[in-house]
Amino acid sequence: MSEKFDVIVVGAGPAGNAASYTLAKAGMSVLQIERGETPGTKNVQGAILYAHALEDVIPDFRARAPLERQVIEQRMWLMDEGQACTGVSYRDDGFAQTPGNRYTIIRSRFDRWFSEEVEKAGAMVIKETTVTGLLKDTAGKVVGVKTERAGGEIHADAVILADGVNSLVGQRAGLRKDIKLEHAALAVKETLFLSKEIIDERFGVTADQGVVVEIAGRITHGMVGTGFLYTNKDSIAIGIGCMLGDLAQHEITPYQLLEGMKRHPMVKPLIAGAEMKEYAAHLIPEGGYKAVPKLYGDGWMMVGDSAGLVNGVHREGSNLAMTSGRLAAQTLIELKDRGAKFDARGLAGYKARLDDSYVMKDMKKYADVPDFMHGNAHVLDAYPSLLNKAAREMLLVDGVDKRTKQKRILAQVREKRSLLGLMGDAYRFWRAFR
Amino acid sequence: MTDIRLPTVNVEEKLFQNRYRVDADRAHIRIREPATCGQCAAKPCIVCCPAGCWQLEEGKVDVVVDGCLECGTCRVVCGPGNVDWDYPRGGYGILFKFG
Repeated sequence: MSEKFDVIVVGAGPAGNAASYTLAKAGMSVLQIERGETPGTKNVQGAILYAHALEDVIPDFRARAPLERQVIEQRMWLMDEGQACTGVSYRDDGFAQTPGNRYTIIRSRFDRWFSEEVEKAGAMVIKETTVTGLLKDTAGKVVGVKTERAGGEIHADAVILADGVNSLVGQRAGLRKDIKLEHAALAVKETLFLSKEIIDERFGVTADQGVVVEIAGRITHGMVGTGFLYTNKDSIAIGIGCMLGDLAQHEITPYQLLEGMKRHPMVKPLIAGAEMKEYAAHLIPEGGYKAVPKLYGDGWMMVGDSAGLVNGVHREGSNLAMTSGRLAAQTLIELKDRGAKFDARGLAGYKARLDDSYVMKDMKKYADVPDFMHGNAHVLDAYPSLLNKAAREMLLVDGVDKRTKQKRILAQVREKRSLLGLMGDAYRFWRAFR
Repeated sequence: MTDIRLPTVNVEEKLFQNRYRVDADRAHIRIREPATCGQCAAKPCIVCCPAGCWQLEEGKVDVVVDGCLECGTCRVVCGPGNVDWDYPRGGYGILFKFG
């Protein structure tokens, strides 16, 4: 391909699509390269779509995007030994009003739609093509990409790397190191099909309202991780993720974890009779702020998962991806308007924009959480277990007086954690999450 | 942790539901140096691979990539960095229907 583009975007996930769309709308010449058969066929997410980040890119997306259900209820369950569960739920019919705040989506459908919007906006999208490396000039500036196809060198004034968590392109060009074991979580999920009516009934919702359930506790067997259960229109997405290092150490396979969760008495009746139609897996960059690599240089920027932009505490990632893609695009648009070069000095504006947005503010806020979780896995294990035991003790009416029951609970707490241990946990928790 | 029983799972039954376009004879994941696997006691690849691609065959670590979900786990979890991990050619490999 002899043509030269203003920008090449590697990858057609939320980050790459947001970048390509924004650039094309502003009249820049954009080439987007995706290795999947169609955009979405390589992508995996729970998936929750946070409206704000897409709204900033496509304000009227609700009228056209393939959305599953509008989330009106969030349940949080803390599981005990396979029998008990303590939960809280927040349901707000305000969330049922339009415009909705969050939706469940099926990524292969959503990504294909988003990519069609990118093409309509004027970008050229090449599919079934894997980018194998970056082209640099003698001064080291990135000036294009190499693909696996014959004569597959394509030039551009800037390259946006949106190639996802494995970030092979950036690694091969020496722009970042591989994700560290202690910063990677592995999530596995299944898509389980049930009729819309059964889902409505089991989750207590009507129309296109949806429920999300986040699950923690003994389902992860003492490892750092969480599970989830999201309602789509006529399917349920169920998954569980754990830190990869924990899985290796505990010698538990990811599919055993998932199967264990599916058999928990809280989960089993909700998915009974469903037909499993897909099993997927994906890595999540959980290193947080301290693991974010350099995000820009001469002729290149990194966005989304490839840049490790994930807020693990709040289970947010695709919104950070879309916002980072949009901000990278806006940086280029502004530079081009000013007639400025796409060099490191100019592209520093991308980092400044990110720092000024919720993306880096939230990442910074929880900068110490990954280290905290690494050394305090028991927090996700001991406390849900104690909470369930306490609930059982207080709710079991058996003629034992309540003060005796309180003493029993305290004794159980002390058995699990010393007073100093409790205070230490509370202090470290506060330090990491404040 | 022995207080909860973990079920036995046949992961191949799960993979059977997935859609793949297999690139015959062009494995995108390779073991760099088989001897290194022989010296590795932990073999985390076998435990962690969500598709069960990594197995012991007659005492030797072997990888069969047909069911690969392209997550990257084996590359990241391998201490000695003995996994030569690439994406399949464009259009090949896992084709998620839902993702």
